[in-house]
Amino acid sequence: MGRCTALHEEHLALGARMTEFSGWELPLHYGSQIAEHHAVRRAAGMFDVSHLGVVDVEGLQAAPFLRRVLANDVARLAEPGRMLYGCMLNQDGGIVDDLVVGFIDDRRFRLILNAGTREKDLSWLHRQAAPFSVTVTPRDDLAMIALQGPDSPRIADAVVAAGSSGLKPFTATQRGDRFIARTGYTGEDGFEIILPHAEAGSLWRQLFQAGTRPCGLGARDTLRLEAGMRLYGQDMDETVTPLACGLGWTVAWEPEERDFIGRAALERERIGGSPSKFVGLILEEPGILRSGQKVAVANVGEGVVTSGGFSPTLRRSIGLARVPAATGRECRVEIRGSLKRATVVKPRFVRRGTSLIDIC
Amino acid sequence: MSNLPAGLKYAKTHEWARLEADGTVKVGISDHAQEALGDLVYLELPAVGRRVHAGEACAVVESVKAAADVNSPLSGEIVARNEALADAPERVNQSPYEAWLFAVRPDDIGEMDQLLDAEGYRTIAEE
Repeated sequence: MGRCTALHEEHLALGARMTEFSGWELPLHYGSQIAEHHAVRRAAGMFDVSHLGVVDVEGLQAAPFLRRVLANDVARLAEPGRMLYGCMLNQDGGIVDDLVVGFIDDRRFRLILNAGTREKDLSWLHRQAAPFSVTVTPRDDLAMIALQGPDSPRIADAVVAAGSSGLKPFTATQRGDRFIARTGYTGEDGFEIILPHAEAGSLWRQLFQAGTRPCGLGARDTLRLEAGMRLYGQDMDETVTPLACGLGWTVAWEPEERDFIGRAALERERIGGSPSKFVGLILEEPGILRSGQKVAVANVGEGVVTSGGFSPTLRRSIGLARVPAATGRECRVEIRGSLKRATVVKPRFVRRGTSLIDIC
Repeated sequence: MSNLPAGLKYAKTHEWARLEADGTVKVGISDHAQEALGDLVYLELPAVGRRVHAGEACAVVESVKAAADVNSPLSGEIVARNEALADAPERVNQSPYEAWLFAVRPDDIGEMDQLLDAEGYRTIAEE
């Protein structure tokens, strides 16, 4: 059995079906994954995301250190409270982890890491931190709740903290012992609230009483897939560069003199051109796309489905895939030995409750 | 614990089998199986006329989470498939013992005796 979060008893009381994920015991769903998915697209849902690694980076050289270890540039964070998404790379440009970093003040940043990479990330961060005057502190004393969906601003104002809805996307504020960020992993408006373990249960119950539907990891996965958000370990890992999984936009090439880890390898890839590209797929025949399925592109070559599943919003199967750069609008995916037609689209399918497919 | 009607026979691989008045056997998946799979979103059913062996995978049920094979509990010929489920696979979640997947005309109805009864299956499902 994995580690339990501060909300474990709440999940059991709500009848959650629990599963082990990255060493944690977490809800897979509380009855129906699809109903939870729709709740987030149409109203509001909440997720226990306490398994994510919250790490504080503090010290005189906190900013120079993060400008070295992250491919995105924290110097872009113009004022305290701003956050950005980016990748931490190895020397070959492979992704050690994708993460969100928040600028707290001149000497303090907060990182949100994937659960599955937490230990690896911490040892990497500690190693890279040696020449810098910084401390890297995992905050195991904190829990994290994601409140997501179109009703979440109203609920956040009433339950999380007055004025929460005034936060701009990708900003955060500290209210008492609650760190409130306008971020998420669903393609909907929403908040992620980081708070002490002892207070997590009370906030969870208040959110529930305000009409927020508890949602499990299952819905979290279909929501992020519809939103075209990458999942570490599936769509990318240490052998994949940001350029090879469609995350080139998170790489801050300017200023040129910023020597972030992995830069030289990425520069070479940028000049040489990537042999593959990252796309969305819509299955045009009955079936379900799943990660690992082979993609065949006539007269071009082969690729692979990196994430796939059923889209509750579109009521059909969608996926993310790495395919040869010359792939056009069509391909075939091998499902149980037969080749099924799929359309190649931009890797985002649904945002803010609305299909994006027609405008791809 | 999950619902297990007493009048049915069960396979260790979580299918149920029900003998109909016309001598054919309807096959579906158990309440335990649908619950473990989660919301079903796609079914692949065997062609009518196909010959199957007992234990042979001949249908696929896919949930939001995973794909799973469904075996024919008996040897024989597929004589019907539940086309109504194609657009409503969630009915397998809602009423697993009404939402049959396919019907097989068994070569030897005696094979039914080799399947488990509800109590025998319960022991396996609860493991």
